[in-house]
Formats: sequence, structure tokens, C-alpha cells
Amino acid sequence: MITLTFVEPSGRRREITCEPGQSAMQAATQAGIEGIDAECGGSCMCATCHCLVLQSPRPLPAPESAEADTLEFAAEAPQATSRLTCQITVTPELDGTVFQVMGR
Amino acid sequence: MAGIVIIGAGHGGVQLAASLRDEGFDGRIRLLSDEPVLPYHKPPLSKSFMKTEDTPLQHLRGESFYGQKDIGLERGCEVTAVERPEKRVICGDGRVFDYDTLALATGATARRLDLPGEALTGVHTLRTASDAVALRAALPGVRRVAVVGGGFIGLEAAAMLSARGVQVDVIELAPRLLNRVASEATANRVAAHLADAGVTLHLGQTVRAIAGRAGRVAGVQIADGTLPADLVLVGVGSVPNDALAKAAGLVVENGIVVDELLRTDDAAICAFGDCAAFPQVHLRRRLRLESVQNATDQARALAKTLTGTPTPYRAVPWFWSDIGDLKLQIAGLADAPDSLVETRSEGGELKSVYALKAGRLQVCETLNSPGEHMLARRMIANGVTPDAAILRSGNVEEIKAAYLAATS
Repeated sequence: MITLTFVEPSGRRREITCEPGQSAMQAATQAGIEGIDAECGGSCMCATCHCLVLQSPRPLPAPESAEADTLEFAAEAPQATSRLTCQITVTPELDGTVFQVMGR
Repeated sequence: MAGIVIIGAGHGGVQLAASLRDEGFDGRIRLLSDEPVLPYHKPPLSKSFMKTEDTPLQHLRGESFYGQKDIGLERGCEVTAVERPEKRVICGDGRVFDYDTLALATGATARRLDLPGEALTGVHTLRTASDAVALRAALPGVRRVAVVGGGFIGLEAAAMLSARGVQVDVIELAPRLLNRVASEATANRVAAHLADAGVTLHLGQTVRAIAGRAGRVAGVQIADGTLPADLVLVGVGSVPNDALAKAAGLVVENGIVVDELLRTDDAAICAFGDCAAFPQVHLRRRLRLESVQNATDQARALAKTLTGTPTPYRAVPWFWSDIGDLKLQIAGLADAPDSLVETRSEGGELKSVYALKAGRLQVCETLNSPGEHMLARRMIANGVTPDAAILRSGNVEEIKAAYLAATS
């Protein structure tokens, strides 16, 4: 069982359990996390699944160039911990990660 | 209060329901879908959904979302009539829903070829989940596919099929691919990419008929002869689902006609997304766009309007297509541009095309250059056009610096 925590734009914290292999964005949208529209469905295209990594027991794999570039040039200035959750694959190593949802 | 009834639960309909709640609407929302499944993402149908036989649909929202937000999602609900004087919609199964406001998000239907042989077994379209399920089920054992139409869906499917080891022919009426949606330079790069993947392109070719044998498709007849095929995928655009609106007496002209607030000529009825013909702010004329972005951004604007903040729809259009591992992204809409600036990657391949009109940036097409696309969206939205020399450099950091300097 892999547990991720999302802090919604309102400040509400929600813990969700998810399956390995899906993306963190998919897990969040299935659980109805607020503030993640994910309108491109995971194509690294819309930046509406933007989250900050608040806490991670183990370092997350670094973003690939498509994710890093999309974040860098999107309207909202990225922070050091910015990620597009559609590009993060859920693995057991992710267990315990806490994300802050940026919302729109 | 009867509340808001939304007909259609695609990207637009679901986003409208979600955005209405985000904007604080606390009335009743009924979201009517004529499909049996939970609302889903359409773009993956031609790509990831085809990867394995049991890949599930990617739902737009989890099932719990609709309950959490008190959105009355009615599945398998086909609306057969809108009765405007009574402000109610009638469904095929006899159900009746009253409305204060009706939002038409009925989408579009895959266009047919109207050619002999189209009813043969093995002729497919790809637009809905049921189309995708049928196509996926038909693929095992298929060795040769003819794709009719060189637009986004046909080309995405061609790349996907080719990666599975299927021999693919693409037949396009126009002399080049992506004729209505991208520049010639971009279309040529896409054509080269597909040819490298083993896809055979037949450009400037008319399909005369679909040939069959014992009720099954056997090939596609073009001027040069018959291309053998075990399966034919028709991807020749779509037609707006505006029959319901037309029957209800609303103004329909290649889509349901709306104003900049997405209202029809009936004050209680709005329409948006693929089914609606709206006044496009950049081109200053009415048109209909079929895209996820158009549907969801119109839904957001409409939610604001319906909750007391009239919000004309003005978003910069953007599109994307993943053709194998080539990511084509388009920001803006082309309207007879008078100059084009092409940039290339270090390897010499086309990376982006900037289209300008009267010195103003109108469109940016990028190929595997997602940061450049995001930046172009901001430039077009804010009316910023860096010097052609800077654009020509293709250096995204320099372009960004020019953009920031112009907006600071």
C-alpha cells in the first residue's frame, strides 16, 4: 500500500492510497483531490497538475526535460520543488510523499 | 429551483459542473451523458488506451467526485428533445429534467465518408470510448491498416499501429498532412517522422470506395489501385452534434451559434465546446473549434458567467498531438499569416514555426519543444512579439528574456 498526501489549495490535507504504476496525478484525480484539473490527461501539456513536493522520505526521480521545460516556461513561476504530478510514476519509494496542490 | 442541466459529459460538460461548484454555485446540477461509462479523457484513446487489451479508460474524475460535489451524473441518458417553453429536456427512456439554465455540451460526431463499402465489418472511426473498445478488440491478427485522413487522429493512430508492427497506409485528400491545422513545414516534419516509422503516405489521393470480401473489408480503392487492408480507420474530421438544438429552434450554422458569453439566442440556453460556433476574439469571426482546451476553458468562462460574473471567452487556443514520440504542440490560430520563422534543433530538425501577421505573432507550432510552446502561449495571450532575429535564434532563454522585458 502506497500512501500519498495532498494538501489542497484550501489547506485541507488528504491522504490517499494508490497503486504502483499509475501517475501521482491519476491517483489524485481518481480520489477527487481539489485543484488538480489535469485537463491534458497526462501529456505534460497543460501544467494543471502542478504541485510542490513538501516532504519526501526518499528523493523523487528528477524531472525529465519535457517536464522541466514545461514548468520553467509556464505562467506560474516554478519553485525548486515544483513538479507536474502527471510525470511522476507511483512506486513504493514514493510512500509518504506530501504534495502541495498549486491550483489555478 | 430546477438548477442547471448540462447535456454532454465530455471534457467540457464535466469541467462546467466542476467549475460551477468552484465558483460557489450551490443549486442543483444535472450532468447528462448518453454513454454508459464514467466520463473519460478522449486523447489517450488513440494512444495509451490501445497499448494493452485491458488498459482501463482514464476517467476525468474519480467516481467519488460527483457525489462529493453533489453533481447528478446521469449515465446512459440520451436526450431526445428540448422543450423550451416548459424549460425541460426529455430523454429517450422517458425521464424528464426541468432546468433554469440549460448548457449544451453535446460535442461532435466522427464524419463519415459516404462511400460504398463503409458499412463493411472492419471499418472503424475513433472518437468515443465505444469506438476505441471496438477498434482495440479488432486489432489482434490485423496485419495491414488503411487510415483515411491525415489529421491528428489518423496520424496518432498510424504511429500507434506502426509501433505494434502493423503495416500502415495513410490516404490524404490534400497534397500534404495536417492541411487545415498546421504549417507546411511542420506537416513535412511529421510526414518524415511517420515515414521513418514505416508508415506509407498517399497524399493528394481520393478514396473511391472501400473494397470488401464476404462482408469484411479487404482494401481501399484509390486512383493508383487498391491498397489491401484488414482494417480501415476513417479519421476525416467531425460534425457538430447540433441536431437537438436545431430541432428546438435555436440558431445553428456549422454548430450552435452563441455570443461571446456562450449564450444562444434563448437566454436560458448556452452552448460550448465542440458543438458551438462562437465569435473567436483573435480572428474576429465566428468559428467552431474541437479541442480539449477550447471545451475546458469555455466551461470555466461559462461557470463564471452563470454565477454572476459575465466573462467573455478570450483564451488563446492551443492544441497538441502525440504522434509516436513526436510531440506536436500548437499555440494560437493561423489566419493567413504573412511571414514564417522556422527554428531548428541542434540536430538540424525543425523545432518550431512562428507565424506572424503584420508583425504580430499569431501562431507557434513546436515539435518536441514543450517549454517553447508554454512560452508562446503567454506571448500570444499578452500580444508580445519578440524581434524576428530573436525568434529565429530558437533560443528559448533569449525569447523568454525578450518576453519578460516587453511585459515588465
